[in-house]
Amino acid sequence: MILDVSQAQGDDVLILNRAGLRESFRLLKHDKELDYDFLSDITAVDYWGKKEPRFEVVYQILSRRRRRRLRLRVPVPENDPAVESVTPLWRGANFLEREVWDLFGIRFIGHPDLRRILLYDEFVGYPLRKDYPVNLVQPRVPERTVEGTFVDERSHNKLLSLKKSLGAS
Amino acid sequence: MELQMGPSHPATHGTIKFNLKLEGEKVLDCDVEVGFLHRGFDKSCEQATWTQVIPYTDRLNYASSLINNIGYALTVEKLIGVQTPPRCQYIRVIVSELARIYDHLTCCGMAASELGAITAGFYMIEARELIIRIVEALTGARLTVTYVRIGGVKHDLIEGFAERVAQTFKTIRKLLEDCDRLLSRNRIFLDRMSNVGIISQETALSYCLTGPILRASGVSYDVRKAFPYLVYDQFEFEVPVGSRGDNYDRFVCRIREIEQSMKIVEQALERLPVGPVWIDDPRFVLPEKEKVYGSIEGLMHHFKIIMEGIKVPPGETYAAVEGGNGELGFYIVSDGGGRPYRIRVRPPCFIAMGAFHEMIKGHMVADIVPTFGMVNMIGGECDR
Repeated sequence: MILDVSQAQGDDVLILNRAGLRESFRLLKHDKELDYDFLSDITAVDYWGKKEPRFEVVYQILSRRRRRRLRLRVPVPENDPAVESVTPLWRGANFLEREVWDLFGIRFIGHPDLRRILLYDEFVGYPLRKDYPVNLVQPRVPERTVEGTFVDERSHNKLLSLKKSLGAS
Repeated sequence: MELQMGPSHPATHGTIKFNLKLEGEKVLDCDVEVGFLHRGFDKSCEQATWTQVIPYTDRLNYASSLINNIGYALTVEKLIGVQTPPRCQYIRVIVSELARIYDHLTCCGMAASELGAITAGFYMIEARELIIRIVEALTGARLTVTYVRIGGVKHDLIEGFAERVAQTFKTIRKLLEDCDRLLSRNRIFLDRMSNVGIISQETALSYCLTGPILRASGVSYDVRKAFPYLVYDQFEFEVPVGSRGDNYDRFVCRIREIEQSMKIVEQALERLPVGPVWIDDPRFVLPEKEKVYGSIEGLMHHFKIIMEGIKVPPGETYAAVEGGNGELGFYIVSDGGGRPYRIRVRPPCFIAMGAFHEMIKGHMVADIVPTFGMVNMIGGECDR
């Protein structure tokens, strides 16, 4: 499962295979000696035209007891951008994975509620991919119809009577 | 009933939307919608040089922009592999603690005044104003300071800085004492704050919470102690920890942290070493103005750094500092050019908003206001 181990600027870095990712995380979290019990961050990097596979999902975890940080990098190919979700292990991963999905278009299998989070639902494309131009203009979004909006009948009638008294059709 | 609270609501400072499921006034479920202030921080950073990113970091958590500057500069310095001189490190500790005091005062003052304790709120705003004036005298700006540079700080401390800080701290201590008398036995304040927004230790850890929210739940995790950066390991200070994890504990944690921060600043000012505030490395530091205007080499040097940006060796790294709201981390990737390949911020209050529904479930609609106040969501950092 481990593809490569390295140490850069004093950080421990593991490059993991995405197959069986959740099991790897479960081991890292629950093993008494490893004890990486705290998830710090999830993000992704797009190495478009620089590296193959194109994406890398990056996890920062740490062991509070041993005072040690660990960075996990998981390569993800462009034709199937998906990794297993770690939300069952850390519920805080929910928002972080939604953000990666929103900005990079990498799916998280087993995520309970994978929706866009920072951008709106009608947004086209994934802006943090390197092939998304920085000055691209998004199409205009038609007005949404909101169902079940509460309308106060009295104020409505008041407006109607006011219109009538003013002679408007 | 379903109720949409926000995105622009007078009782929530910051644009955020709560989609609430209610039964009477009781909150059954809450879906938090963030992103109204999203302006593409990551994408903008990829267009700028390494130095031009510093003003962008000011606008993340604008209540403690000095800490953001320092977090970013430390990460880039880690990737380059340089360490700033001791005087610079001490100055960075001093200004980041001033920013923390400012951040906590803003949060607590706003939370108090939203519950009707306007007087206490104004006392804290007054204390905050005194800190801003020091920051303004030092950096030239009140909020968007851009004081820290990669490899140093913009300039040394101003004349009479220590005396000014000592005098200000005297006033702040008096103001905090007044606030303590106004709030800590105040029936309304206690009723609204205690036993509201409770989050247990296990839940807080599972939701990746950091900062005062995690510490109020009883977990003593502070980046300054767990992974000391700068010269924090040389100072004596405590990490205040709560027990119940409710809003009142968060409030007390923050107030006690202000006291600890003032202690750190006093110790740092006492031991402040003399020496340069910049690293001695022409690859990253701009030449003096006399050289720029007086010699062609100096001018070219200046031009190269400004136009092409400093060169950061290829690689990737992550470093974290303790921000006002928790662990503020930067993950940067460089391809060896003058511009960052990728910059990612770990925003503590974005992650805290992910646990908000857990805090508010089962409480009243009115309890959203103090809970949201104590999370201290800052739109600039949450939505980036």
